[in-house]
Amino acid sequence: MRKIVQSHATEFALLAVIVIISLFLSVITDRFFSLGNAFDLLNTSSVNIIFAVGLLVVLIAGGIDISFAVAASVVQYVTAVVLGWMGGGGWISGLLIAGALGILLGAVNALLIHKFRIISIVATIATFNIYFGLLMFFTRGVSIYNLPDWLTTRVILFEHEMADGSWIEITLPVLVMLICVVATWAFITRTTTGRQLYAFGDNPEGARRFGINIGAMQFIAFGWLGLMAGIGGLIQAHYAQEVVPNALYGRELDVLAAVVLGGARLGGGKGSVLGCVLGVLLISITQNGLNLAGVSPYAFKMIVGAIILVAITLSNTSIEKLLPFMRQDGDRK
Amino acid sequence: MTERASVESGHKPLLSLRNINMTFGGVSALKNVSFDVLPGEVHCLAGENGSGKSTLIKIITGVYRPQDGAVIEYDGLTYSHMSPVTAQAAGIQVIWQDLALFPEMTVAENIAFQTVLGRWPRVVNYNSMRETAEKALARLGVTLDVDRPLKDYPIAQRQIVAIARALIGEAKLVFMDEPTASLTQSETDYLLDIVRALSASGVAVVFVSHRLAEVLEISSRLTVLRDGALVGIYSTEGMTQSRITELMTGKTFDHTIRARDVSANPVVLEVEGLSRQGQFEDISFTVRRGETLGITGLLGAGRTELALSLFGMLKPRSGSVKLEGKPVHFSSNRDAIAAGIAYLSEDRLSLGLIQPQSIADNLVIASLDRIMAGGLLSDNSKRDLVARWIVDLGVKIGQQGDAISTLSGGNQQRVAIAKWLATDPKLLILDAPTVGVDVGARAGIFNIVAKLADTGLAIILISDEVPEVYFNADRVLHMAQGRIVNQFTPSECALQDIEASVYA
Repeated sequence: MRKIVQSHATEFALLAVIVIISLFLSVITDRFFSLGNAFDLLNTSSVNIIFAVGLLVVLIAGGIDISFAVAASVVQYVTAVVLGWMGGGGWISGLLIAGALGILLGAVNALLIHKFRIISIVATIATFNIYFGLLMFFTRGVSIYNLPDWLTTRVILFEHEMADGSWIEITLPVLVMLICVVATWAFITRTTTGRQLYAFGDNPEGARRFGINIGAMQFIAFGWLGLMAGIGGLIQAHYAQEVVPNALYGRELDVLAAVVLGGARLGGGKGSVLGCVLGVLLISITQNGLNLAGVSPYAFKMIVGAIILVAITLSNTSIEKLLPFMRQDGDRK
Repeated sequence: MTERASVESGHKPLLSLRNINMTFGGVSALKNVSFDVLPGEVHCLAGENGSGKSTLIKIITGVYRPQDGAVIEYDGLTYSHMSPVTAQAAGIQVIWQDLALFPEMTVAENIAFQTVLGRWPRVVNYNSMRETAEKALARLGVTLDVDRPLKDYPIAQRQIVAIARALIGEAKLVFMDEPTASLTQSETDYLLDIVRALSASGVAVVFVSHRLAEVLEISSRLTVLRDGALVGIYSTEGMTQSRITELMTGKTFDHTIRARDVSANPVVLEVEGLSRQGQFEDISFTVRRGETLGITGLLGAGRTELALSLFGMLKPRSGSVKLEGKPVHFSSNRDAIAAGIAYLSEDRLSLGLIQPQSIADNLVIASLDRIMAGGLLSDNSKRDLVARWIVDLGVKIGQQGDAISTLSGGNQQRVAIAKWLATDPKLLILDAPTVGVDVGARAGIFNIVAKLADTGLAIILISDEVPEVYFNADRVLHMAQGRIVNQFTPSECALQDIEASVYA
C-alpha cells in the first residue's frame, strides 16, 4: 500500500483535493452531491479528457502543443463541410475523416519541430495562429447549424431515473472518452513504442544513443494528439449540436493546466493517464460546484487558478512530507 | 622509444579499427587512427579532453559515422561504419560518462531497456523485464528495488544500473567512459572488481579514466591519443603515471613539494569548534596570509559543507569563525563576499559558470559594483578589468564576448578563479578546482594558485586527490566523517603517509 501511494503520489494528492473540495461543495450546495450531477459532470468533461490524454502523450515526449484546440475547430469545420458534400455520412466515416485530418494537422507540427528544428512551443504558437487565422478567414466566422441528423442526435447509452426524480445518463461522448483513455493508457504503458516515448522525453540524448528514431517519436506523439484532437472536435460538435469556428479557442490552456495538474512535467518523461483524468475532473468539479453555489462566473478563473497552485504545491512537496507515517525509515536523513 | 606491445600470437583481435578519420565542421577530431582490442582484455584508452577518445567510442558504437575509407573489423566481420542497433546486436555496449539513463523510469526498465527497442510496437512484458534486471544485478552481486524510479538512487547506484544494463544480452565488448569520476574510493574498488570479473569471464573492457593510478591497476594494454592522433599502443607493464602523462600531453612535468613555512604570517581565518548537524563536527583550524591549506578526504567527508558554511551559504550550529581577528556571522554569501571570502564551486559546469554567457560577463559577475560609473555599468571599466585578469592568469581566449562554453576546461577554470579574484578577496576557497581539467592544464592552475599565495592571499584547497594537496599545500588536513582526523606537513612526510590515512 505504502509503495503504491509513494509511486502515485500525485494521483493520491489530487484525489485527496477532489474529495476535500467535493465535501466542501456538498455542504454549501444541496444539488452538488447527487449521482445525477456526477454523471452530468462526466458528460460535460468528456471532450476535455479526450484532448487531455492526447496532450499528455506530447508532454511525455518532451514537447508542448498550443495548437490542438484550434486544430480541433478546423477539423470540426472541414469534417462538417466534407460530410455535407458526401450527402451525410455516418459515425464511422465522420470519425475516420476527423481522425485523419487531426493526424495531418499534428504531423505539420511534428514536421516543423523535427525538420526545421523549431522548439515545440514556438512551432505550435505559430500553427495555432495559422490554423485559427485560416479558419476565420475562410468561414468569415459563420457557424454551421445544418449538420447531419446522426451527428446532432443525442445518443444515450444508459439512462435511469433515480428515486429523487433526477436522471442519470451515459451518453456517446463518455463512451468515446473511455475508449480514448484506455487506448492512450495501453499505448503509453503497455507498448514498446510508448516506453520509447517516455525514454525520449526523459533523456533525448540517451534515447538517441540507443538508436531510437527521434523523428518517428515526434510524429507519433503529435500524431496521437492530432488524432485525439480530431475525435474530440467531432464529439464536441455532436455535444454542442453546432459547429462554431471559435468555440474551442482558448481551450488549450485549460487542458494544459489540467494535464500539468495531473503530474505531467513540462520537459518530458513524466505523467500518467490517471493523473491527467483526475486533473480535468478536479477543474470540472470546481467549476460545476461554484456554478451550483451561485458564485459569479467571473470569479471562476480566479478560484480555478488558486486551486491549480494549491494542488501543484501539494504534489510537488511530495505527499510523504505531509504524511510523516509514510516516510520510510532511513530513507532520507 | 615507443615500446609498441605486440599483439600476442594466438589471439586474434576482437575489434580492430584502421584508417579512422572524422571531422566536425572543418575541424579534424580524429586523424587516421587505428585501434584494436583483444578478447577478454582490459584495455585503457587514454588522452586529454578533446584528444578524440569520446569520438572514437561513438564511432565504434555507431553514434557517429567515420569518413569514407574506414575499416572496422569486429568478430570476424568487416564494416565501413556501425549503427547503434548493429553495434548492440553484435554485443558492443557502452557505459557513457553521463550514463545516458532515464531517471523517471524504473530501475528494471533502465536495465532491460533494450527489450523495448524496435521499430514496430509490441506489448511490453514487465515481468520478464523485472526478471532480466534482477538477474543482471545479481550477476554484479547487488540488490536494488527494481520497481523504484531510478532518480531515487544516488549516483553510485546509477553507475551500477548502467553496468547492469550493459551486461544483459551477450556483451563481448564493454566501453566504460570515466566510470569512476563520481565514485568514492570504496565504490571505485568495487567497480574495479567488477571489471576484473567481467574480463575473467571473457568480456573485453575498454576503460577510459583520468585517474592514472586506476588505469595502471586495471588494464593490461594502453592506447594513447593526443589531438585526435594515435600516439601509440603500450603494455602497462613497467608503465608509470608520469610516463603516461608525458605521452598524453607531450610535455614533461616535475613534481616538487611546494610547502613553505608561513607560521610567522598573521592569521587570516580562525575557525573554532565549528559544527553542523550530520555534516561536520568540532572543526578548528587557522589559515595565515600567504598560506595554502589543503583539505582532503573521501567524498561525503563534509569538506564541501564546511566550505559552504565558511562562505555563508550554510549555517553552522555552533562554533566561531574569526576573519582577521574579528568574529563574523554571515547570513548569506553576499555578506561573505563583502567580508573578503571567495568560494570556487566544486561544480564548475552547472554552478560556477554561466555557460552560454560571454567570458567577460562571467568574469565580472561577482564584482559588478567595481565596474560602475555613475550608477550604471561601464563597458570600458568592464573591458579593462577583464583584459587585466585575462593577462594575469594567462587565459587563452578569442574575444571577450565569446561564450564561456567555447573555452577548454582548464581555461574555464581560470576564468572562474579570475571571477573571484576580481572581488579582491582575503581568503580564496578552491573546491575541487581540477575536476574535469586536463593533466596538462592542472599544472597551470596550480602555478596560478602558488603565485596568488605569494601575493599574500590565504587559500583553502579542497581536493579528494591526495597528490594535489600534497604537492601544492603548505599544510594538509584530513577530514573523515565530518571531523578533522589528521594533520600533515608535506615537507615533513611522504605522500604515502597521507594516502594511508585517507584510504585506510
